[in-house]
Amino acid sequence: MTEHHGAPDHDMTGHHEAPPRESPPAAARRAPVETAKAEPVHYQGRVHELQKELMNAYYAELTDIAKGRSPKKNAHLLIAGNPVELVRAFDMVPVFPEVNVLQIAARKASLPLIQKAEELGYAVDNCAYVKADVGLYLSGYEAPYGTVPKADLLLCNYVGCNVYLNWFEHLAELTGAPAVNIDIPFIRSADGEPSPQDIAYVVKQLEELIGLLERTTGTTLDWKKLQRTVELSAYVGEMWAEIKALTQLRPAPYDAYFDSVTMMAVLYCLRGTEEAARFFETAVADLKERAALGKGPLPEERFRVVIEGPPPWPFLRVFRDMFTRWGAVAVASTYSTVGGIWEFGFRHDPQRPLESIARHMLAQNLCNRTFLQRYDQMARYVDEWKADAIVIHSVKSCRLFSAGQGDMREYFAREREVPTLLIESDLEDPRYFSQAQLRNRIDAFFEALTQRRITAAAAAGGVA
Amino acid sequence: MTLTTFAPLPVVEEYREIVEDRGYPTVREWKRRTGRAAVGSFPVYSPVEITHAAGMLPVGLFGAGNQIEMAHADSRFQSFICSIVKSTLELAFVDKLAPFDALLFHSICDPARNLASVMARNFPERRAIYVHLPQNMASSGAAEYYAYELRRVAAELGAVSGRVPSDEDVLESIVAFNAMRSRLRDLYALRAERPANLSTAELYTLARMATFTDPLESEPLLADSLRSATTRDARPKDRIRVVVVGSFCEQPPLELIAGIEESGCYILDDDFLLGWRLFRTDVPVDGDPYLALARAYLDGSLHASTKHDLRVPRAAGLVASARANRADAVIFLGAKFCEPGLFDYALYRRALEQEGIPHLFLEFEEKMWMYDRIRTEVETFVESMLFV
Repeated sequence: MTEHHGAPDHDMTGHHEAPPRESPPAAARRAPVETAKAEPVHYQGRVHELQKELMNAYYAELTDIAKGRSPKKNAHLLIAGNPVELVRAFDMVPVFPEVNVLQIAARKASLPLIQKAEELGYAVDNCAYVKADVGLYLSGYEAPYGTVPKADLLLCNYVGCNVYLNWFEHLAELTGAPAVNIDIPFIRSADGEPSPQDIAYVVKQLEELIGLLERTTGTTLDWKKLQRTVELSAYVGEMWAEIKALTQLRPAPYDAYFDSVTMMAVLYCLRGTEEAARFFETAVADLKERAALGKGPLPEERFRVVIEGPPPWPFLRVFRDMFTRWGAVAVASTYSTVGGIWEFGFRHDPQRPLESIARHMLAQNLCNRTFLQRYDQMARYVDEWKADAIVIHSVKSCRLFSAGQGDMREYFAREREVPTLLIESDLEDPRYFSQAQLRNRIDAFFEALTQRRITAAAAAGGVA
Repeated sequence: MTLTTFAPLPVVEEYREIVEDRGYPTVREWKRRTGRAAVGSFPVYSPVEITHAAGMLPVGLFGAGNQIEMAHADSRFQSFICSIVKSTLELAFVDKLAPFDALLFHSICDPARNLASVMARNFPERRAIYVHLPQNMASSGAAEYYAYELRRVAAELGAVSGRVPSDEDVLESIVAFNAMRSRLRDLYALRAERPANLSTAELYTLARMATFTDPLESEPLLADSLRSATTRDARPKDRIRVVVVGSFCEQPPLELIAGIEESGCYILDDDFLLGWRLFRTDVPVDGDPYLALARAYLDGSLHASTKHDLRVPRAAGLVASARANRADAVIFLGAKFCEPGLFDYALYRRALEQEGIPHLFLEFEEKMWMYDRIRTEVETFVESMLFV
């Protein structure tokens, strides 16, 4: 999937990012490993190319709808645990504001949109995803990758993130589009399972949603089509779980943070479609082949890390290079589970489509589970994916992710004795990315890990 | 600080210091007197009737104000997280939450939700109960589901007190809280009608007293204060009439509230301590008490920045309040880093500008203790209203 030596030069839709500028002198003094001198390389492979094709087609369809060239209806909805299968079953096209704005950030075009929203009274402390989306709307929904259609329906799947509620409430007031909240009770049980009442409540709302979608599209639900859509989600979930298990190998055949986002674009935007199924068939084959050849994303996998938190989209490549130069590969990431957790066994069930969609929304995604259940999830990653360390990327915009990550660090570093690094920036707002500071902290962390290995090896009578 | 220029209200005098005392002296005294447990409720709204019906004292937790130094919580929650989340955790670290046998948290915002987890991990001996508040007000299943959620909470609280409340217990507690809230509504109505008779600093003290006092005890105190304030012979001052919003969770220091008034404002409506007086009318007591509480929350409650009712935009509610109170202006008094409040400001501003209602944006932190800058801003705003 990747070529050796270096960082990706893409975002979720294959956009190429400029190579990073030279690192600051303070960091350079601690030149880590030979990868520091590596040539910048292109990150291209079959999966990547196919993803780019699919996402281009997806945005072309959105543009056609926006320009009146397609009669299809669209619904804006959010990534975390959503009922996209229902939307697809009605032949509506899902639009994901989070994906739209992260791609704008990756193209370094988010700041003017954020500032446009701030001029309206949005605070610097408000989520920059929301501000960029508001700014995008105010800019006529014209994005570098196409045109976003105004929503026929604002379908707010309230799955953990309270900002979701604000976000779509604002869009409803600004655009005048009809809006509905699907209220997903937060998981309150110690075992992470929803109660029968939780499921019944969500199913009830999904049934009401079906009525709303029927009114929006002027059609009635084709139950068989819904079942097929759910079946496709289950199939894709199965393959995604298989892909995730591959990073338990040494070396991991791909980076479970930086490379996962390529596949997440398809997983989220096209789940429930035949195209997504074909894409993941290719991805599984490709990555298994790499695994069989013992190929990893770097020439040498020196550190296996778990990364928590969303990436800094405006500086994705620069950020990745900070890990690449130390030979650090993510073997698991929490970010890749915001839209669903499939690696621990959950599959949609075409025989009980509404109930399985409800279960997915309630319990099978990162966002609707408690902060402590996230600790458990990360602990499993550390143990079962055999990670050396945890990197927590704390983003100001998303407090669902970030609020309390200092406690997370305490837990892993002190109670589980897992080396843990906490760094801060943002997922959308480039003003919060301090390259020199981040690099210094990452360098210091991996330098300490290196020393620790040397010391441990010496104590064991061996070599590092 | 001057709370009033005429005869003080005895209850206000008695509680003026206590409301900011994080030793919770009256809670400790109540526990000694009754031998029963107390439960802390994080803002905004909490189903306090259930706590009360389980035989415990529901107490509002409003962070540490400007009463303690942060020494532990800053390492758990980042610099961009609001003060009340951190200071509530700090209170636990310095054992100031010792009077509380359990804590209730609610689905109001992301930091508050994560705080429930962090609190549970660091202080496992004190049960942290998380309450899901419904956000799809239009669903035909919402009331029944929320009633189920309240029953679940009742079972959890019953495990703390040793007594799961019966339906009759809950009905009795609803009656008690109805009476207390009714007095608060009366006091709010008096202030809106005759703001010279009851300052907001006084009203705030009274309402805050009700957040840590058994409603059976606070209601007579509120009623007595209402009688005294109503009979005051107060002459209106040359002030502008304002509605204040944005302080529904983290609370501004009392001195700041008084400072806004003294800078030339009559506050006619506000959202201080909102959750404790959320219901517009009495909760019915002639049926399933859990369902009655659920329906009151869904259909009979005030606007709140943490309650997303797509049927009626909150900005429209604010405009309606400003109109009904014949307000000259709106002051947005928002807590720093409070995302729900800051989001609402953008919509409020849009609606107020469309309606031609002047407004002022102010940002506070509970831990602040210098008010000169805000007072100057308010004074300038007032002068612009009165003389320009």
